[in-house]
This record gives sequence, C-alpha cells and structure tokens, in this order.
Amino acid sequence: MTVTTEVNKVLDERADSGAVPAKVETPFRRFVSDFADSKIAIVGFLTFLIILMIAILAPWISPTNPYDLATVDILDSRLPPGAEMMNGTTAWLGTDGLGRDMLSAMFYGLRISLGVGVTSGVFALCIGVCIGLASAYFGGRVDTVIMRIVDLQLSFPAILIALVLLATLGKGVDKIIIALIVVQWAYYARTVRGSALVERSKEYVEAAACLGLSHNRIVFRHMLPNVMPPLIVVATVQVAHAIALEATLSFLGIGLPVTEPSLGLLISNGFEYMMSGKYWISIYPGIALLITIVSINLVGDRLRDVLNPRLSR
Amino acid sequence: MTTNVPTLQVEELQTYFYTKAGVAKAVDGVNFTVDKGQIMGLVGESGSGKSVTGFSIIGLVDPPGKVAGGRILFKGEDITNAEEERMRSLRGSRIAMIFQDPMMTLNPVLRIDTQMIEAVQAHEKVDRQTAFERSRDALGQVGIPSPEERLKAYPHQFSGGMRQRVAIAISLLHKPDLIIADEPTTALDVTIQGQILYEVQKLCRERGMSLIWITHDLAVVAGLADKICVMYAGKVVEAGTIGQVIDLPLHPYTHGLIGSVPSHNKRGQPLEQIPGMAPSLLSMPEGCAFHPRCPRADTQCLVEPGPTVPADPDHRVRCCHPHLEGAA
Repeated sequence: MTVTTEVNKVLDERADSGAVPAKVETPFRRFVSDFADSKIAIVGFLTFLIILMIAILAPWISPTNPYDLATVDILDSRLPPGAEMMNGTTAWLGTDGLGRDMLSAMFYGLRISLGVGVTSGVFALCIGVCIGLASAYFGGRVDTVIMRIVDLQLSFPAILIALVLLATLGKGVDKIIIALIVVQWAYYARTVRGSALVERSKEYVEAAACLGLSHNRIVFRHMLPNVMPPLIVVATVQVAHAIALEATLSFLGIGLPVTEPSLGLLISNGFEYMMSGKYWISIYPGIALLITIVSINLVGDRLRDVLNPRLSR
Repeated sequence: MTTNVPTLQVEELQTYFYTKAGVAKAVDGVNFTVDKGQIMGLVGESGSGKSVTGFSIIGLVDPPGKVAGGRILFKGEDITNAEEERMRSLRGSRIAMIFQDPMMTLNPVLRIDTQMIEAVQAHEKVDRQTAFERSRDALGQVGIPSPEERLKAYPHQFSGGMRQRVAIAISLLHKPDLIIADEPTTALDVTIQGQILYEVQKLCRERGMSLIWITHDLAVVAGLADKICVMYAGKVVEAGTIGQVIDLPLHPYTHGLIGSVPSHNKRGQPLEQIPGMAPSLLSMPEGCAFHPRCPRADTQCLVEPGPTVPADPDHRVRCCHPHLEGAA
C-alpha cells in the first residue's frame, strides 16, 4: 500500500513539474516557510518586533520625557514601582536617582541601544562585505594582507579595542557607533571571505567570467546573493553583540553622555542603590536588555538552522 | 578580413602551472587550427591538458597557471596574453564557453531571465525589452518549450538537460564565432546527450560557428566532429580528420582509446585497456611521455620525445613507432 502511495506521489510530482507552475517558488518564500516551522523562533521574532516598535515609538508612548530636564523633579527620585510622581503620573517601574520615570527612560534607552546596535551593524556589514568579497575574489597577496589584518584585530578582545578608541575619541552616540564599527567589521569580513571562497570555486563564477561580465558584476550580482545566508546569521548575532557591548561600555561610564541614557547607562545608574533595596533602577533595564538580546539570538539561531543545509532538519 | 583566415590557430601553446612542488606543464606545445564552421574534437583522458587548453584560449587560466609560450590567433588576431579589456570584450560575445556540469554553471539564486539579460547587456547596449526578446528566442532555438514562461524560473526548476540547453542558449546569445564546449554532455544521460549533440551540430552548420568539443568520449566525437586532436600529457599525440584518426589510428595511445570503447561486436570478450595511469605532470617520464604504458615502446622511446610524423598532409602523429603498417 505504501508503495502505491509513493508511486502516486511521484506521479503527482511529475504532473506538477510538467505544467508551468502558476506561482514560482522563490528561494525567499521557501526560506520564510522554513523559518516559521519553529514556534520559539516566531516568539523571538515577535518579541523583537514589539521591542523595535517600542524603540521607534518611544517619544509617543512614554508617559514622560526623560530627556526634558525641566520636567524632571529631584523630589521624585528613587520612588518605588507604582508610586505617584509630583506631576501626578504614576511611575509603574519606579524612578531613578534623578527622579526620571524608569519606564520612560527604558523606552528611550531601548531606542538608543537598538539604534546604536543596528546602525553600527549595518555599516560594519557593508564595510566587512566589501573587504571580504574583494579578499576572496582577488585572492593572492590582497587576500593575505587583508586576512592578516583581520586576524590581528580579532586577536584583541573587542572590549579592549572599543575602550581604547572611546578613550581617544571621547563621548557621544556617533563616537560609540564608530567604535562598534571598527570592532565588528572584521567578523563580517572573515565570514564573507570564507563563504565567498567556496562560491569563487564554483563553476557559475567561471561561467560568468566567460560571459565577459565585469568584476563588479560578478562579485556583487553573482557572488553576494550566494554568501547572504551565513551573513544574515552573523549579522543578527553581531547586532546582539553590539547592543551588549554598548551596554558594557555605558556601564563602565565611557559610552554615552548621562543626559541620553541607554540601557547600559540606566543599569549603571542604579548599581549603587542595589544594596539599599532600591533594586528597580538596575533590574528593569537589565531585564529589558536581556529580553532584547535573547529575542535577537533566538531569531539568529533559527536563521542558522534554516540557512545551513548541513544541520539536519 | 578574408574568409581564408581560420577562426582559431593555436601554435606551440604552452601553459605551465608554477606550483611550489615544481612547474606542471599542463599544456606543452599544442598546435591546431579550427576553420570557420568546423567542429574539432579535443580528446584525452583526465589531466591530459584539454580543459586547460580551452581556458588558455579564453584567457582564464587561474594563477599559478600562465600561458608561458606559443601563440593563439583568433581570426588572425594575436590574443595570447592580450589585455584584460580586449579579452573581456571577446569572452561571451565572440568566443563562448560551455561547461561540463549544468548544475553548477547557472547561478542558483538568480532567475534565468536575469542571467540571460545580463549576458546580453554585458556586450551590447540594448534595453531590457530587446534583451528579453533575444533571450526568449535563444531559448526557443535550443528546444525549450514555452520559453517565455521558463525565463521566469530559477535554475533548480530545470532538469539537467534543460539547464545545459539554457547554458548553450546563453553561449549563443551573441552569435559567437567560436564555442569551446568543455565536456558539456558528460553529466547528462545518453538520450539527452543525443539531443544536445544534434542541436549543437545543427546550430554550427546553420550559423557557420566553429566549435571545439572537449571530451574523453570518442563515441561522441566520432559522430559530431570534422577533425580530432588526441591529447596525452599536455601534448597533441595525434591529429587528423575523423575518418583518418578513428579508422586508421596511428598512435598506440589512440589505438588503446579506441580499443577501450565497449562496442556490441566485441561482446563476451574482455575489453582492451591501456595499462597504468596518466603520468603526474610534475614527474613526466623522459622521452615519450607515453612509453611506460605503450605496448610498442623500445629503448628509442626512452630518450626521444617522438618526432611528429605527417602520415598524410593533415594527419599528424607524434610517435617513434606509429601504426603505419595499418595505414598501408
């Protein structure tokens, strides 16, 4: 019986392939349906979307504006969660040492953390991809020089490089983005170079060269789409890393100015009150940071499973 | 340019690979000429240098390989180590190449129309619509049904034979003067191979294209080509017309190759085979490279590389002891 069903299935498939398919199954569509097979990945993805929406809409959904120093009242400082502030709004997650509403500060902090993480990630990706592709495509001496520089940089801890850079550049959102780009490009370059080397040896690249296409076209139009899968995985993981690294730097007090707190800076602000029972100033931003990073990593893990054919599914 | 100029002349071509282990002479003094509309079979076993010869012509020998000597004349123009710009304008438009594995020659993530339109626009300034129509017509010519719909498909939606047809269609887009086909039917099954051979032969005749068909399959060449070059260890050991080489092979290696083809009239008898393996390019035997495997070798073969004997004006053999008695 199973044999007949098998045969029928094969026959059905033949009938299907014979006719011109009404809707072409693009690689992208297949990828989306594969991704959606995992419930936990969907949860992670939705969580990330919510966090993203909060970050984008922060100025409109926050109860107060933590950046507006005129509205911040020092008498509100260190109120416990649920207490009412001087201006009548309820501080659901308490207030920090300066009297800022924690919930609002976290919304804005998330905005800065994600903004810094994604911006630096995108720039580092572009730089890393160009360098990695050039390295793999031209090979030889170009490749050796570039990869030794990458090795050199990766042999230092990321936090050390960022610390040295920020100590030289000073404080500010733009400075920390620059520092994170410098730290991250090497990861992208190495990943892209690795998979581009594999693609380089495939016949379609040779065939493209035989068609007389230019280097630019072969590299960006033919090789780049084929190295995207590992790149997407590394990009998600790196964005999470960047957010964590920014939080670390802010916690150490060398990242962002105190007036524009990111999640890391909020944690750092509450750190001194931890032992006196005022847990909320550090714990809530910490939880927000944790959820953000975990949700991005969940998505990244699933992407890796879907995009890596060697892992059995 | 007069019509008498052959499409391709290869003179004493030497392509060497400078590896750390030594210089590998992948192609060592190869001569042949392909006239307009002629189909030449380039035959040899794996590692005999036939593919490298093809890549040398199109100027895409990967480092550490290099064309070290000789001349390649394309329609009378010397394109040996020509400038990259000049080669790029020839590649794909005047000289096209078809590869062995149709699964690999098309980019898996781009649609067929994207790849074909790109190939058209790489050499001619035409708008997308014209390029699309050209692509559609090319697909139709190689026998792909409903080309308009198929253009919208991805390579993985084609079978192996269909993909090879697409690859051939791409090579035909600019009506090239010369096509170099590197074992294009090896990965296909016999019926598809037959169809492709028929299409290619027809297209060559119709358009006066020259074709170099690189293969290890004598049966294919016998049915397709006008002339044949047999390569062994980077050298042409025998060259001539199909009739001359297949019916009256002079070189012991060609003899062995033909003897190794299973055919119906030798049923039940053990197949003849050439003993041993092709020599490593790094440790080539002294004298004639074939002597360790040759049934006719003697002391002369150990020192002499074998003279080129013209048995006929256009039938040459490189051997000290060719099978001349059979020719008589």
